[in-house]
Amino acid sequence: MGIHDPRTAGGLRPTRRAFLTGAGLVIGMTLAPRAFAQDHETIQADVQNEAAKAFNAFVRVAPDSTVTVLSKHIEFGQGPYTGLATLVAEELDADWSQIRVEAAPADDETYKNLAFGLQGTGGSTAIANAYEQMRTAGATARAMLVAAAADEWGVPAEEIVVSKGTISHKASGKSSDFGSLADKAAEMDAPSEPTLKNADAFVLIGTDRPKVDTPSKTDGSAIFTFDIAFDDMLIAVVKHPDHFGAKVASFDDTKAREVPGVVDVKQVPQGVAVFADTTFAALKGRAALEVQWDLTEAESRSSESIFQDYIAQIGGENELEAANSGDVAANLDQEGFTTLESTMRFPFLAHAPMEPLDAVLIRREDGSIDCYNGAQFPGQDKAAIAEVCEVDAENVRVNTQLAGGSFGRRAQFGSPYMREAAAVFKASGMNRPVKHIWTREDDIRGGFYRPIYVHKLRGSVDGDGNIVAWDQAIVGQSIMNKSEIDETSVEGASDSPYQIPNRRVMSINTGLPVPILWWRSVGHTHTAFAVETFLDQLLEEGGKDPVEGRLALLPKGSRERGVLSRVAEMAGFANGSPPEGRAWGVAVHKSFSTYVAEIAEVSIAEDGGPKVHKVWCAVDCGVAVNPNIIRAQMEGGIGYGLGAVLYDEITLGEGGRIVQSNFNDYRSLRISEMPEVEVEIIESSQPPTGVGEPGVPPIGPAVANAWRRLTGKRVESLPIVPSQTAGA
Amino acid sequence: MVSFTLNGEQRQFDGDPETPLLWVIRDAEKLTGTKYGCGIAQCGACTVHVDGMTRRSCITPISSLEGSSVTTIEGLDGREAEAVQAAWTEIDVPQCGYCQSGQIMSAVSLLQMNPKPNDADIDGAMAGNICRCATYQRIRQAIHNAADSMEG
Repeated sequence: MGIHDPRTAGGLRPTRRAFLTGAGLVIGMTLAPRAFAQDHETIQADVQNEAAKAFNAFVRVAPDSTVTVLSKHIEFGQGPYTGLATLVAEELDADWSQIRVEAAPADDETYKNLAFGLQGTGGSTAIANAYEQMRTAGATARAMLVAAAADEWGVPAEEIVVSKGTISHKASGKSSDFGSLADKAAEMDAPSEPTLKNADAFVLIGTDRPKVDTPSKTDGSAIFTFDIAFDDMLIAVVKHPDHFGAKVASFDDTKAREVPGVVDVKQVPQGVAVFADTTFAALKGRAALEVQWDLTEAESRSSESIFQDYIAQIGGENELEAANSGDVAANLDQEGFTTLESTMRFPFLAHAPMEPLDAVLIRREDGSIDCYNGAQFPGQDKAAIAEVCEVDAENVRVNTQLAGGSFGRRAQFGSPYMREAAAVFKASGMNRPVKHIWTREDDIRGGFYRPIYVHKLRGSVDGDGNIVAWDQAIVGQSIMNKSEIDETSVEGASDSPYQIPNRRVMSINTGLPVPILWWRSVGHTHTAFAVETFLDQLLEEGGKDPVEGRLALLPKGSRERGVLSRVAEMAGFANGSPPEGRAWGVAVHKSFSTYVAEIAEVSIAEDGGPKVHKVWCAVDCGVAVNPNIIRAQMEGGIGYGLGAVLYDEITLGEGGRIVQSNFNDYRSLRISEMPEVEVEIIESSQPPTGVGEPGVPPIGPAVANAWRRLTGKRVESLPIVPSQTAGA
Repeated sequence: MVSFTLNGEQRQFDGDPETPLLWVIRDAEKLTGTKYGCGIAQCGACTVHVDGMTRRSCITPISSLEGSSVTTIEGLDGREAEAVQAAWTEIDVPQCGYCQSGQIMSAVSLLQMNPKPNDADIDGAMAGNICRCATYQRIRQAIHNAADSMEG
């Protein structure tokens, strides 16, 4: 059994090592900071390095003084490898150049997300939940090194100084690097409560730090799951139905088996799997497969019909009360008040990460299984493989790889995707390694979408222009599969900070056989849009300025006020005006405990749709651990959210067939559509909160508000630019 | 049997002549910097250079490449490539990184043909490369920075 090293095959320097451990062949890739990454020969220390000493579950120190930080969070672009390493290095007083980062193994106890209770990445929690934990891990390792030095040198520990990777004692003139003391230090007792630095002593936290994964993502050497290959490996693709809930009735694999390179065809619960020696043969074999589908239990309604069903349920007996203060009924439609009403439609959205879902599974000689994948919930993936392949969970190893995006897609309770990959592996007989891949079509048509939602809003403005009543109903599937109120359906609406005296938010959970999932920023994808666009209309109706009007409704001292005031200053909102033919739209929203305000400058493009020229963004996420990554996540969140608001929808056509199939009809924002984004970060001493998602919610309403002011047209149905094939 | 040059080395491929170049590069040649993203020339993750021009390898049958010279991210060199990759690293362009090989192949080609592109030139040359993380602002900046660095 060998492993292909793409670098040596291409005659280039190796950046990835393959080596044997007790359990068999394991791939290791260590990401080093920029200064070291240019010299690949030095990338040798990692957790598989038996010479490296474990100080705790997160920190290892090798004899050459390299420090390996184990990241319990997956890296898919949001920056936890760099962020968690920064926290460790800060308290360890390491030099940044000696830091390495690796994915932690799957272990729901040791590596649990302190916000969830199981190992997982999501909800913009990586830095927030690990802030003290990783600093403590670094401080603990530091204290152990100091104790070892004190013992070795016969000097008081209090007199020892650690700075930039050097341990020294001034009076005796002694000094050491980390590696020379690692053996001894690893044997010292860990302090029960190591002292953490005060913020004013931070050297690394709060400064721009280049990302550890950038060099390998710039020279093509970064290894993703899709890139892992074993000798004798089979490639497997599954033919899926184009209706949700459809099952295989029968299939004819005669032509598929005639394709050279096709090795086998097997039915699995998710469809029909084709196994081949090469990717192209697998794809060709799948195209030649003839499958008859049983649609008895399949969803047969179109998106349009689902929208109508949802609208019909508003005001009915299924409403659950998510928020209710004052007397809404008495303050709507009153004499002298102006009442506005809006019904808004939000379509299914696919996450469409650049790397489609994939996994490599291999059974070792001892019967244990190694899985290589972009594991967002590694423990869940492990359990799914164990169950499907009928092996004990302790004999399954999940090796988390860099993932080509997720946006929520790889985080699935019960791991339905991994169940498919494992079922395919099991069907293959598990005698050869199997790489199971989804094509873009599988991804776009594969479900687990942001659900369809309908919001109905009514609001009243009194004779003085004050908003006196707000009534909102939200209809859609419960992502958490609840029969009671699902916070993920109403977050951002039921807890709106605006001080409106009479306010009610109702929620209706619906049932559909379409599998759904959180999508970057979850409920805020639609609640921020509904609240911020409807509020904007009410403010305008009352003759209020969009910034001043919002500020007047927000509690004094609130962090929403802080970001809104800052973004207005950035855009020159109070005294300036947009260039001729353009309009400004404002939105502010808190999600995942992070506050973001955005102002979008929009004109009418040649095709008649919106052209977004510029976005100003102010963010308050507490302590800014790495401003560089925070800015990047705001830029990316704005682009990701903008693409969805302008172009994206998955539609079920007549009979429930999924209409879209690839990037030709599920549009993605392109560079020519990306606005200039300017980000400012509010200085704060509050604990750090996440940034992966919170940049997304305000962009849709900011653009829609600008569009309404520019054209007079309310945006009540997304996307703003409808898909050409919608309803086809 | 198709004979072609890959990153300066002579190669033969004797499999299915319809096989797209992408899968020849990845499966037969074991070079993984070139990515699959859509399979229909919509996303640009599979961009390589064929005889000095950008090409979507996912829809290019290997049979059309007899005698051609193919360059992937692994074989990239020259002043434009160095300038682009240095600029990419300097301002931390990548997020998930999956599309970035394709982005860089397109950016290098742009600078080879137009050493001082403006924003519209960049949009025109790069609009075929999707980045779902939307790192576009930094891509644009990095191309400008690379162009500036080549002037000096």
